[in-house]
Amino acid sequence: MMPAVQAAPFDAREARGRRLTEPALVRWGLVGVALAFLVLFLAIPLTAVFIEALANGFGPYFRAILDPDAVAALKLTVLTAVIAVPANLVFGLCAGWAIAKFQFRGRSLLTTLIDLPFAVSPVISGLVFVLLAGRQGFIGPWLAERDIQIIFAVPGIVLASVFVSFPFIAREVIPIMEAGGTHEEEAARVLGAGGWQTFWRVTLPNIKWGVLYGVILCTARVLGEFGAVSVVSGHIRGVTTTLPLHVEILYNEYRFQAAFAVASILTCLALVTLVIKTVAERRAR
Amino acid sequence: MSIEVRHLSKMFGSHPALCDVSLTVNAGELLALLGPSGSGKTTLLRVIAGLEAPDAGTVHFDGDDATERSATDRRVGFVFQHYALFRHMTVFENVAFGLRVRPRLQRPMEAEIRRRVNELLALVQLDYLGDRYPSQLSGGQRQRVALARALAVEPRVLLLDEPFGALDAKVRQELRRWLRRLHSQIHVTSVFVTHDQEEALELADRVVIMNEGRIEQDASPEAVVEHPASSFVMTFVGEVNIFRGRVQSGKAVLGSLAVDYPGYTSPEERDAVGYARPHELELSRDDAADGLPATVRDVRMSGALVKVELVDRSDSVIQVELGRDQFEALRPVRGETVFVKPRRLRIFTSH
Repeated sequence: MMPAVQAAPFDAREARGRRLTEPALVRWGLVGVALAFLVLFLAIPLTAVFIEALANGFGPYFRAILDPDAVAALKLTVLTAVIAVPANLVFGLCAGWAIAKFQFRGRSLLTTLIDLPFAVSPVISGLVFVLLAGRQGFIGPWLAERDIQIIFAVPGIVLASVFVSFPFIAREVIPIMEAGGTHEEEAARVLGAGGWQTFWRVTLPNIKWGVLYGVILCTARVLGEFGAVSVVSGHIRGVTTTLPLHVEILYNEYRFQAAFAVASILTCLALVTLVIKTVAERRAR
Repeated sequence: MSIEVRHLSKMFGSHPALCDVSLTVNAGELLALLGPSGSGKTTLLRVIAGLEAPDAGTVHFDGDDATERSATDRRVGFVFQHYALFRHMTVFENVAFGLRVRPRLQRPMEAEIRRRVNELLALVQLDYLGDRYPSQLSGGQRQRVALARALAVEPRVLLLDEPFGALDAKVRQELRRWLRRLHSQIHVTSVFVTHDQEEALELADRVVIMNEGRIEQDASPEAVVEHPASSFVMTFVGEVNIFRGRVQSGKAVLGSLAVDYPGYTSPEERDAVGYARPHELELSRDDAADGLPATVRDVRMSGALVKVELVDRSDSVIQVELGRDQFEALRPVRGETVFVKPRRLRIFTSH
């Protein structure tokens, strides 16, 4: 007697194919969902920015951009980035170096503290500086006596920006440094290289793409930061407004076209950052 | 340049890596630090290089105390276990590194650097690979680049950490012979760390055997094999048969083996272990020589030798190596009972 159920001959190639690829319907479904999501939440708002910005033609667009307050806001934003990013670069490299190359007490505490700005709401971050350096703040009276203004002034904006963006570079650098180990540094030292030479010639070249990537992310965050800066800025038009704050002011005054025109500058900055990031990633590989 | 370390101690947490280690390496010597992993041999090498600071003790180069000098200033050549080549530099730049980082006044001219690097690459037979990156090289090639890089600074001493550990057997053999030749060519004082006894015995002028942070024996390769200083050295270097028993009043009784042991004359009985190398055992068919009865389990030809594996009454395995002539004279067969008699037996009593 033959068994009632006979197994179909096993086709290895077919089985392998089935395991690796889903049915076409599922594949296109997943791609479709992802695309629809991107269009809905990225492409449409992005296009809307430019359409609204150019709603009244190029004349009003450039008038809004070249408005003295807008130019002042752009300058302040760039100034903040120019100070905050290098500061965080130095901090990130130091922290990365310390955490990856040395074993010391409080090492894991430092690692956790670096993530703090990610965990805390930006508004709270700003508030901390107000509570610290504001008129009724902890060191406020001391500062007032010496006529040093931090809150509702440029230094406060820079401080808040440094705070919210400092994890970016450290976070990028630490894993690369940890993966690299200390052998190459040891080799450099034995070959007679001093501390700086070892850093410039051995450590930095090995982590440069990670550093660049971190700098890009950090810059993007500083340029776009709203919450923390809003709390410490005081919204003095043309003096303590960064680009995101300036957009908000214009919007609240129902000057939509101007608001979108200024927003388009931020959008362009973000797009440029993304392009550099992509190039950096490709080069790193 | 000679190296001398005096009373070195080093703890890693609560684990002692080095306990009061003293050692002298003579100028021009090729010395092996041999030991199992965790025996402190790599730590000792790193302390000599200045990569690790000792808790106590001093390091001297040609009599000068270098303990406080940093690795940067010691002018030692160090070859790391996994080579630690600079990933982002070409082979040429790797070798040139030690020359390029010199202070401006001592730095050779660019043409001189080129000449020196090319000379070294020729010495390690890699002159055709100068513009490759380390990731494009084989293990043996990386090893030789690491060596050329270490030699570029004209080191006073050359330290090698498991130099052939990461290579396959054939490449290892070749590099070993090559390093031996290289050493006789340039004659720089060299210390290498290895856990491979064959490597240490074949390559080194002198072998230092380490165990648990201490030096067990410091002697020539022959002496280490022929006159092991401790039971650790006996078992760590080479194959060995172990016979357990007791000593008393100048006699040792190890199972059914009884031999004279004038080293211990006390009437008090004490545990002892006898060691014999496979080639130091003889086989015979007659019991007259009060040998140890054992059953032949396996007979294998191994080059010019015949390896016979036996099992004694208490089920311990005994390995015997016979020359062809000895084997032909006896021709033991599997399953047969013969008598094992050591031509030489080293006895260590327990303390």
